[in-house]
Amino acid sequence: MTSRRAFLAGLAAASLPSIVWADIGSPAFIAAGKAGDGFLLHGLTATGQSLFRIALPARGHAAAAHPTQALAVAFARRPGVFALVIDCATGTTRHQLTPPAGRQFNGHGAFSRDGALLMTSEVVAEGSAGRIGLWETRGFTRIDEWDTHGIGPHEVRLMPDGNLIVANGGIQTDPNDRAKLNLATMRPNLTLLSATGALLNQTDLPDLPQNSIRHLALTATGVAFAMQWQGDPSVAVPLLGLWTPGQPAQLCPAVEAEALTMQGYAGSIAVNPVTGSIALTSAPGGVLMLFDRTGTPQATLHRADISGVSASGAGFVATDGQGAVWSVQDTGLTPLSQNETLWDNHLVALT
Amino acid sequence: MRLTLLLTLIASPAFADFPETVKDHILPGYAAFATASQTLADTAAKDCTADAVRPAFNAAYDAWLGVEHLRFGPATDNGTNMSILFWPDPKGSGSKAQRALLLGDPGQLQPAAFAKQSVAARGLAGLERLLYPATDLPADPCALIRATATDLAATAQQVDDAWVNSYAQTMLTAGQPGNTTYLHHSEARQALFTQVISGLEYDMDARLARPLGTFAAPHPERAEAVASGRSLTNIRLSLQALRAMVVTLTPDAPLTMAAFDRALKQADTLDDPVLAGVADPQGRLKVEILQQRITALRDTAVVELGQALKVGKGFNAADGD
Repeated sequence: MTSRRAFLAGLAAASLPSIVWADIGSPAFIAAGKAGDGFLLHGLTATGQSLFRIALPARGHAAAAHPTQALAVAFARRPGVFALVIDCATGTTRHQLTPPAGRQFNGHGAFSRDGALLMTSEVVAEGSAGRIGLWETRGFTRIDEWDTHGIGPHEVRLMPDGNLIVANGGIQTDPNDRAKLNLATMRPNLTLLSATGALLNQTDLPDLPQNSIRHLALTATGVAFAMQWQGDPSVAVPLLGLWTPGQPAQLCPAVEAEALTMQGYAGSIAVNPVTGSIALTSAPGGVLMLFDRTGTPQATLHRADISGVSASGAGFVATDGQGAVWSVQDTGLTPLSQNETLWDNHLVALT
Repeated sequence: MRLTLLLTLIASPAFADFPETVKDHILPGYAAFATASQTLADTAAKDCTADAVRPAFNAAYDAWLGVEHLRFGPATDNGTNMSILFWPDPKGSGSKAQRALLLGDPGQLQPAAFAKQSVAARGLAGLERLLYPATDLPADPCALIRATATDLAATAQQVDDAWVNSYAQTMLTAGQPGNTTYLHHSEARQALFTQVISGLEYDMDARLARPLGTFAAPHPERAEAVASGRSLTNIRLSLQALRAMVVTLTPDAPLTMAAFDRALKQADTLDDPVLAGVADPQGRLKVEILQQRITALRDTAVVELGQALKVGKGFNAADGD
């Protein structure tokens, strides 16, 4: 009897690019994690059930999912020397991407809407100047790169109109480890690039230059962004911001008594496209905060090591480092599933 | 009472695990803090002069240090612990907010209105500024002392009630069907382990590192509770509370116990109640040694206590990006 995996492998071999997400059960999310000593990439349903698990050679940071084909690109942790294009139907690595000499991957990437291009956030190893690496997705070869107009870009998000927003975190790091070299002079920014890489717009945080802008989620008009505070840890600063290109960024503080709950660290961010509400997580603080579309705090939900979050239905789904997957509503967290895999930083939605 | 029954069933003298921590450390700690805070409020109601209130204030502060390291559950819901002790306050928000209260509408001091004031103005740090004022206060602080003490007592009672009436049960039933807070036994141990490690890190990174600053730029004025002379006392009480907590968690942490004792011995021999010595080379060295002892203790506890409890630092919390 042919196993489902062997059947899919045969199918994949017969018609390489044609396996689509629906062929492997239409996962709602992909998430990396750790089980025992091994690192894995899972496809998860909207209720947190694992549809497939694929071994990764090392701990990943985030992944990017191809819009149609069952392909995921898993990015290494910083300083990233590789990214893997994984065939989620067969579990095989189709391509290993290596940044050009003098460049390092910086943990995130995004496919173009038609899937023809992969855009990777990168730094010039010496000095951490930001680049977007461009890869065509038939053979995953490098075709170009763009300046991100900032230092240490982390997450990149593609807008519905094809423009790209980059979170330039502002932190220059040692090319050999993650040591931060410029905390006193750092200046993060948000940059809007056109579909051809032209600088269209930019904003920064003149009053809080030590608030590194790292993660992004699309809103109706731009992005919600999550920050990581590099200044005095006892100073409470907003960790959520909203940006509509062409306007100044708007910072959205937590309620006063909970302003230190996230310990100056927002890890993942998601926006629910139906309600506009925003979820922000902090693993060090063991907390997920919900804000409405205007950035007003709505709820603070506690759960140790909670980190990955994505929109789902009218709420969100979140993952934690203890293996649990949660349904997130303003009223609280409800467990959906528990897996032996400890979930890593990000939960990536397939859209 | 269900809780009493449950506590009786799990009582086992030779055993130490998270139920013992709940029963022997957490619940008595919050009960003691609620009692001490109520005594403080009652004392201030009778006589609001600083001399009369200070002993009860110090007793309540001592009691808070018995549970301050438990930064989860009812104490952190809605940032409650911030309203009990708001420190550090690098921007001086507390005294600004208190000045407005001293000069403003007395209606703001009514319990319901006061509970909505800035957390920086409330709690033990707020009381300390009124009972040990560095400069003349802009108005008679009597009503504000009473309001702050009453508010603190109500908050302490609320946290105690929440533990007794519900959260203890939540922890004790970790891993049982229907428990949606702790999905497994190990998650309760993980939560308590995290409190021990973060409590030690708070002593290192806030209570000691803030006044230490750098050799070239020490900041003795940044020590905790300088006005009431409690800076070193707070560190000792915190270490004692954390040590007592570990005793309830496991009998299998001898190296951690020894490291606690070394750190406490260093604190005991340090004749520097407000850590003023950080500004001179001799005194600084002694404070640095204390910090090193706590760092070594933390490192030992991460390994030994982690192994004993079969838990570790959070997978994501330890990563960060």
